[in-house]
Parts: sequence; structure tokens; C-alpha cells
Amino acid sequence: MFELINFVYLLSAVLFMLGLKYLSSPATARMGNKLSMVGMGLAIAATLLNPDIVSFKMILIGIAIGTVIGAVAAIRVEMTSMPEMVALFNGCGGAASALVALAEFQGPGVAFSSFGLITLILSVIVGSLTFTGSIIAFGKLQGLVPSRPICYPGQQVVNALILLAVAVLGVIVYQDPANLFSFYGIVGISLLLGVLAVIPIGGADMPVIISLLNSYSGVAVAMTGFALANNALIVVGSLVGASGLFLTKIMCDAMNRSLANVLFGAFGSGDSPAGGDEATGGPGGAVKGYEVEDVATVLENAGSLIVVPGYGMAAAQAQHVVRDLCDYLQEQGVEVRYAIHPVAGRMPGHMNVLLAEADVSYDLLFAMEDINEEFAETDAVLVIGANDVVNPAARSNPSSPIYGMPILNVDAARTVIVLKRSMNPGFAGIENELFLKENTMMLFGDAKKSVQNLLLALKE
Amino acid sequence: MDGTIIIGLYIFVLALFAGAELIAKVPPTLHTPLMSGSNAISGIAILGALVVAGETICIEGNSVIGLLAVVFATINVVGGYMVTDRMLQMFKKK
Repeated sequence: MFELINFVYLLSAVLFMLGLKYLSSPATARMGNKLSMVGMGLAIAATLLNPDIVSFKMILIGIAIGTVIGAVAAIRVEMTSMPEMVALFNGCGGAASALVALAEFQGPGVAFSSFGLITLILSVIVGSLTFTGSIIAFGKLQGLVPSRPICYPGQQVVNALILLAVAVLGVIVYQDPANLFSFYGIVGISLLLGVLAVIPIGGADMPVIISLLNSYSGVAVAMTGFALANNALIVVGSLVGASGLFLTKIMCDAMNRSLANVLFGAFGSGDSPAGGDEATGGPGGAVKGYEVEDVATVLENAGSLIVVPGYGMAAAQAQHVVRDLCDYLQEQGVEVRYAIHPVAGRMPGHMNVLLAEADVSYDLLFAMEDINEEFAETDAVLVIGANDVVNPAARSNPSSPIYGMPILNVDAARTVIVLKRSMNPGFAGIENELFLKENTMMLFGDAKKSVQNLLLALKE
Repeated sequence: MDGTIIIGLYIFVLALFAGAELIAKVPPTLHTPLMSGSNAISGIAILGALVVAGETICIEGNSVIGLLAVVFATINVVGGYMVTDRMLQMFKKK
């Protein structure tokens, strides 16, 4: 029987891999996700054949409860809240791994090899801190926990001591697996560590943290897999761990920050994502505001347009009217494209999902490195609710906090139109000289209203 | 170290490389579905949870832990796949 189960696990692993492979294009991605689902279904069905399973009562109750909660959450969640949702699901995965390891540990007379024991302890540690860390990340994104970094004197010493305590308890349990008390200590302290490690990190850095926690949940699963000698768990753990690390690196690179700086740097007020609308330009008086008609005239005469959306656009719920505006311009023969900075949303790829939801064709969405050369050849750029990611200071001003961060070179375009709520100074107070440039037109007001007015003016 | 551990380590390392190759080919536009999708498969801990929940009616504490583990893992799997599908169906080309 175990041969059959293991064979099905292999099949599942292949389906998971294929699922990832199909994710290489939006055209095949949905199919890939379905293959992955089939793989999961097969693995679950095969596991139920395990002769060790003698009662299905708890299993059925558990699956019923989990399915209802998971399905309702997945159907109801707003696309803008996707980072919170992923954080929560992630936390659930971490919790499941830790609970399985806990149950194995206190199970009846199981003799673990030393390797099995180490992986079991690691699984409990990583699973537990993924659980609480994800919940704090969720709270920060939702505003339930203050999104600014929460710091106190000696914080890093405290965290280091806690980490040390976990390590010491780990060694104690390793030497005496019957020491349940120490094992529960590991669980408790790991849960605490998850909380303490995430509270000093600002809300703006949550995209990195979510990616990292995603990778941790993979590590926890892999460790559980080693302890149970379950190859399906090991394969999936590697895949998820690799994917989380990959996305963590992309997010760090996009902000020009090291992972250590994100984890321990307590950066920013946390009230605004890096691509947000709060950071404002320099001396307010020097910035010239334009009227809707002026901007409409520029768009009318443009042969090409690149839209640069930031999270401010999503916050103003303007993505649908932006799509309407672009549809109209395309009908008039304007070449329209979108340039997406990696940190334009609140998690990797978030802005693309928000635009896809607004029915923007995915072949119009371009990544930073694919479109940065094109700005120089472009008549007009429309920046909506983005700020830091188009700030030329990142290229030219070594004293700027964002110096070195890769940005969209919008200032190379013939005309740059910037839609902004106001010039109120805000987050970090980073000046944006883009707003002062001669080829920049500022259009103040709510992004959604401004775009609607633009469309009206164009149609007249 | 016995054979199972070595085989497990082989699988871990090789899957890491295969995964890195596959993931590097995912375009930035699909990074959110990549994360939610890989998130969903990390609910594979459900395989361990099922055994714990089903085998241990004799140990009182463990059946509750097993139940909780199944609930958490199922939320992860069902929610993760459904929300990924919901996102992917929005990606259209005109």
C-alpha cells in the first residue's frame, strides 16, 4: 500500500512542477493551477488509503470546516486586500506544519533518528513563527496593528536572547526527547519570536516580509517532510521555499535594500508603501498646477502614451476609469502601454492583478526593465498615484534616502503628466524634483475624478 | 545516516534547483498568483495532518491537534487554489 501511496505522491509532485511551468505565461497559467489542484487532490486521496488511518471522523470535520472558511475567504476577498489574504493563508500553512510536528513528537513511542528529531524541532520552530509572523503582517496591512515600526531600546538584544533560548531548548529536547515541557517551551517561544520579529518592520516593507514568510512556510513543510520521511512534503517544501526566496530578492532589489536592512532597519513611518502617494515634492510654491483641458490637449496630440500606476491609483479605486480613458485613446489611434514597477503594489505582481481585474489586457503590461528604454521615445507619460518609483533623485542624488533604487525613467518622455491628490508633505518627506521639471504637468485632485474629467474633456 | 535521509536530501536539493529554474521563468505580471499558488501547495502539510487526525483516536490530545492541523491545512489549500484561480481568470488578452 505504501508503494502505491508513494507512487501517487510522485505523480502529484510532477503535477505541481507542471503547474509552475504553465505559470510562465498568462495564457496557460489557469490550466497550470488546475493541474496543481489535481495533484493535491490525488495526494490527499492516496493518503486516505494509509492503513494507519483508522477513523475518518476528525478528518471529515476538519476538511469541512477548512473548506468553508477557505472558500468563503477566497471568494469574498477584495483584490486590493490580496497581500493580507496571502499572509493569512501562509500563516495557516505554517500552523499546520507545526501542529503535525507537535503531534508526531508526542505520538505513541515513536523513536526518531537524530536527523528526524532535528528536522521535527526545526519544523515546529519555523512553523510557529510563520504562523504568528503572518498574523502580525496581516494586522499591519489591515491597520489592526500600527503599521509603523514598533521599536524599543534593546529590541535586538531581546530578540537575540529569545533566539538563543529557542536554540538551547532545541538542544535540550534533542538530548532528551521525552522532555515534553521543553518542547512546549520551544512552541511558545517560537510563537513569540514570530510576533517580535515582525512588529519592528514598517508597513511599507510588508511585501518583502510576506514573500519571506511564504518561503518560511515552505521550509517548515520540508522539515516536516524529513521528519515523516514523506517525499511529497519535501518536494513541495523546496518549491515553495525557492519561490518565496526568489520573490523576496526581487522585492529587496526593487527597493535597493538588503534583506538585513529590511528586517532590522525599522525603515519609514510605514504609513505609505514605497510606491504610494504620500511622499511629496519639494517646495510647494514652485510646482505648477495645470487644468484638465491643458492635459487633455496633450493627450489628444500624443501618438504614444505610457501609464505609470502606483498604489495611490488603487487606493482611489481609479483603475476602471483609467482603463476607460486608455480604451478611448486607443480607439483614437494612440499607442497605450502600462509600465509597472515591481513595488507598485503591496506585494509582488499586485498592480498587475489590480489592472487585470479592471480588464486591462495583459499584453499591455510591461515590467520596468522591459519598458525603461521606451520612455525617451514616448510622447506622454501619465503617472497616477506613484511617487518614489518615478523620483529621479534615486538616480542623481546620493543624499536621498531612495538613492540607488531602480526607478522608471519617466522624465525622459516628452511630457510627463502627474496626477496627485495634493502637495501636502508626508511620508519621509522625500523631495521629488520630477514635479518641478519643465516637461512635467501636475494635475491635482482625486485620481478617479481627474481621470473622469480628462475623459470628458477628450470626448468633447 | 540511513538511506531514507540521503534520498530525502537528494529530493530536497534537486527540487530546489528545478523549482528555481521554473520560478525564474514566471513573468512579473504573474508574481502574485505565483505566490498564492505556491502558498496553496504548501498546504501539502495536510498529508501529515490527515494521518495524525485519523490514527490517534487513542491519544486524546492528539486528535484535537490533528483536527486543528487538518482545518488549517485545508484553509491553506482550498483558499489558496480558489483565490489563485480567481486571479488567473481575470488575466485576459484583447
